Amino acid sequence: MEILMSVIIGFLFMAAVYLILSKSLLRVIIGTGLLSHGAHLLILTMGGFSGSAPPVLTDGVTDFADPLPQALILTAIVISFGVTALFLVMAYRSYQELETDNMTLLKGNDEHD
Amino acid sequence: MISVLLLFAPVAAALLVPMLARRLRGIHTGWFVLAVPVLLFVYYLGFLPKVKDGGVHIGELSWIPSYGISLTSYIDGLSLLFSLLITGIGSLVVLYSIFYLDKTKERLGNFYAYLLMFMTAMLGVVQSDNMIALYGFWELTSISSFLLIGYWYTRDRSRFGALKSMMITVFGGLMMLGGFILLYIMGGTFSIRELISMAPELAEHSLFVWALVLVLLGAFTKSAQFPFYIWLPDAMEAPTPVSAYLHSATMVKAGLYLVARFTPIFAASEIWVWLVTSIGVLTLFWGSFFAVKQTDLKGILAFSTVSQLGLIMSLLGAAAAAFHVEGAAETMFKYAGFAAIFHLVNHAAFKGSLFMVAGIIDHETGTRDIRKLGGLMALMPVTFTLALIGSLSMAGLPPFGGFLSKEMFLTGMLSLGELDLFSPAAWGTVLLVAAWIASVFTFIYSFYFVFRTFTGKHKPDLLPKSAHEAPAGMLVSPAVLGLIVIAIFFIPNVVGNWIVKPAVAAVQPFMYGSPADVDVHVAAWHGHITPELMMTIGIVIAGLILYGLLPKWQGVYRAFPEYLTLNKLYDSAMVFSESGTNRLSRSYMNGQIRSYLIYMFSGIVIIVLGSMIAKDAIHVTMEGTAPIGAVEIGLIVVLVASVVTTLIARKRLTAIIALGAAGYVVALFFVVFKAPDLALTQLVIETVSVALYLLAFYHLPKMSRHDEKRKFRVGNALVAAAVGLMMALLAMSAASQKALPSISQFYKDTVYSEAGGGNIVNVILVDYRGFDTLFEIAVLSIAAIGIIGLIRLRLTRKGDSSEKQ
Repeated sequence: MEILMSVIIGFLFMAAVYLILSKSLLRVIIGTGLLSHGAHLLILTMGGFSGSAPPVLTDGVTDFADPLPQALILTAIVISFGVTALFLVMAYRSYQELETDNMTLLKGNDEHD
Repeated sequence: MISVLLLFAPVAAALLVPMLARRLRGIHTGWFVLAVPVLLFVYYLGFLPKVKDGGVHIGELSWIPSYGISLTSYIDGLSLLFSLLITGIGSLVVLYSIFYLDKTKERLGNFYAYLLMFMTAMLGVVQSDNMIALYGFWELTSISSFLLIGYWYTRDRSRFGALKSMMITVFGGLMMLGGFILLYIMGGTFSIRELISMAPELAEHSLFVWALVLVLLGAFTKSAQFPFYIWLPDAMEAPTPVSAYLHSATMVKAGLYLVARFTPIFAASEIWVWLVTSIGVLTLFWGSFFAVKQTDLKGILAFSTVSQLGLIMSLLGAAAAAFHVEGAAETMFKYAGFAAIFHLVNHAAFKGSLFMVAGIIDHETGTRDIRKLGGLMALMPVTFTLALIGSLSMAGLPPFGGFLSKEMFLTGMLSLGELDLFSPAAWGTVLLVAAWIASVFTFIYSFYFVFRTFTGKHKPDLLPKSAHEAPAGMLVSPAVLGLIVIAIFFIPNVVGNWIVKPAVAAVQPFMYGSPADVDVHVAAWHGHITPELMMTIGIVIAGLILYGLLPKWQGVYRAFPEYLTLNKLYDSAMVFSESGTNRLSRSYMNGQIRSYLIYMFSGIVIIVLGSMIAKDAIHVTMEGTAPIGAVEIGLIVVLVASVVTTLIARKRLTAIIALGAAGYVVALFFVVFKAPDLALTQLVIETVSVALYLLAFYHLPKMSRHDEKRKFRVGNALVAAAVGLMMALLAMSAASQKALPSISQFYKDTVYSEAGGGNIVNVILVDYRGFDTLFEIAVLSIAAIGIIGLIRLRLTRKGDSSEKQ
């Protein structure tokens, strides 16, 4: 299972990077969304899928899933949401101000270098 | 120990001086500064009796012991001589500057801070026994020289000169560092003393010649030897006290110091003798020849300094040549080393006073252009006398110190002719002739300097100020130096025994065991006509004739095409490197985020994959992995399908929904992998995210690919595939090999007893790693503030500025 998940993670990262490199701003943001999915699954996979019960203390159960990766991912999910929200508003505002969402046009003007 | 700390006394004083200056505005800052070099001078005088008998003083302060790097104060004859020059001339220069720099108009705090910094740096250079410390101080002299040349930084020429000196001397410094490192590789120590003691073994090493050339590059750039001398004339933009101090008496002599210091190590090499002597004579000739071309008083002095430095350099070469002669201490070869040090002292005295004279003329007439000056003898009699003393000493005439060392220089050059080290054998004769011609030109520019300025017709209408004698305080320093110049002529052997011989013994340890062995007696008249005296008489006659005919042949200088000069070469090299590097950085810093991301992704892939391959870290094993169930297969199919949909979606809505689907699948994965908290959070967040996307989508334009070209997409796909491959391999390898057991056991064991909770994940978040969670909330708040700011922000549009008018 871990090997299969690794391939899926690689696939998610590949799709994310491809989208991030594209010209449309919205696709870039969608790419960052996929990137965080990939990262979360990566953390989980690195911890391994051993353990037969959720990491909640219950009588008679000792074989928990590893709780540490889960704690890390929980933080990461929330942060990635914050980032996505900020990106979306930035995209919205930059489109309002600059009237384009084309990444090749979004660059510093030549006067400043 | 004390002596090491005293190296830093000037810099420490530089911290106090600005405060004192602010408190006591009525008093010129220079008066406080003056105490520092005077006290140090007296302190170093105290070493004279010990060093005269061949003793040395060693103070040491460990700096980086693991690398054998320490700060040392190693005071032998050579470094004591330089320390006395630095503090002695330093005192006179500070005294002079008090009258030269106006306390109301100039930023004196900066000036004296730089000057004191230089003093520490220069003392460090001459007293460091450790090569790394020596290098550090060496670069510090370059930096303080840069700051002092650019002191009047509003002037273009000052900035240009400062940069030029910095470029050339720092280049040389780096080369020198390379040489030092090679010496370390060969000898296994940074200590110069230890390297000297193993000099014979070093000479056998294959890297020896490389170290030699690199160290010489450092010395030649610093001491303005051909072809690196071009920075020195441009350094004359510095205030005159600085020129007198750094650019004639001390800093430019650091290169000479370096050559002298390393002579015991490198003298064994014929290349060393060859290079030092030939470059020295070439510089001597070149500098003296072009000095006559100059019209700026300080320009003449700059070229004359270049030429005199070449003279001393060639003598040091001849001193090294003595290594190759049997019983050199009994033959005429013994004179070169003595002459080098002796002339170094003389030059510091007369050139220092001449620079101060040039400063006085500039100060009192408002110009340094020799074409506008003339007939100042009657108006400035004291200045004239001082200029005459300095110039005649420079020309090598009695009764001044310069005569004695010039005679000995000729002896040294004559001795080269006897040497069979040079092939072809005539080379020694060529050097002798070149040295003689250069001495003629030295004679001419000395006369040119003093008589063009002080005799002839006075042209008051050309001068910005009406000329008058300088205030007494300004004349004190050059007068002291002038007296020294005369005193040296009458008591040369006192100077020789106390100062010169200990230094010579340090330069030529292969000849002398102690200063007392240096069997050189200086005399103005040897009791019979010597070849040297004949040559001197020849120089005077030829010099007088050529000086008289100067207007007839000065046109020669215009025959040199401007575009062939070294200055032109430097300028075009600077322009080329500036535009070249600009073009280079523009070619990859193109302002496209995509390009930068590609650099980053490629860099990450290369570093991670590269190190994984190099460390043989890629391992895949099926052992101990969880079984693959039907549910998981189903989820994977849905996930892949939704990701592919986002990739190929033509409509925005399709892409957003597919992204949401992928998110929900991830949530389901969390369920499968026994992470209920994650699944819940992911579901909530994914729902809100999709809502946000839909909200933003309402305001964003229709999704367009913006004509992504095939090449563009293939490039992206390649980078993306590489990143994907890297992540897959990373994940597999991480899952397949556990180097260490998980630390989670600690949480499992203590979660109830320590934190009193049952849900381990939650307890980790709010208890064990509570601060992480706090900062996570902080990040969210910052994002929220950013969002509010962005929505409220109204960027000024182009039309707005005109409306406001």
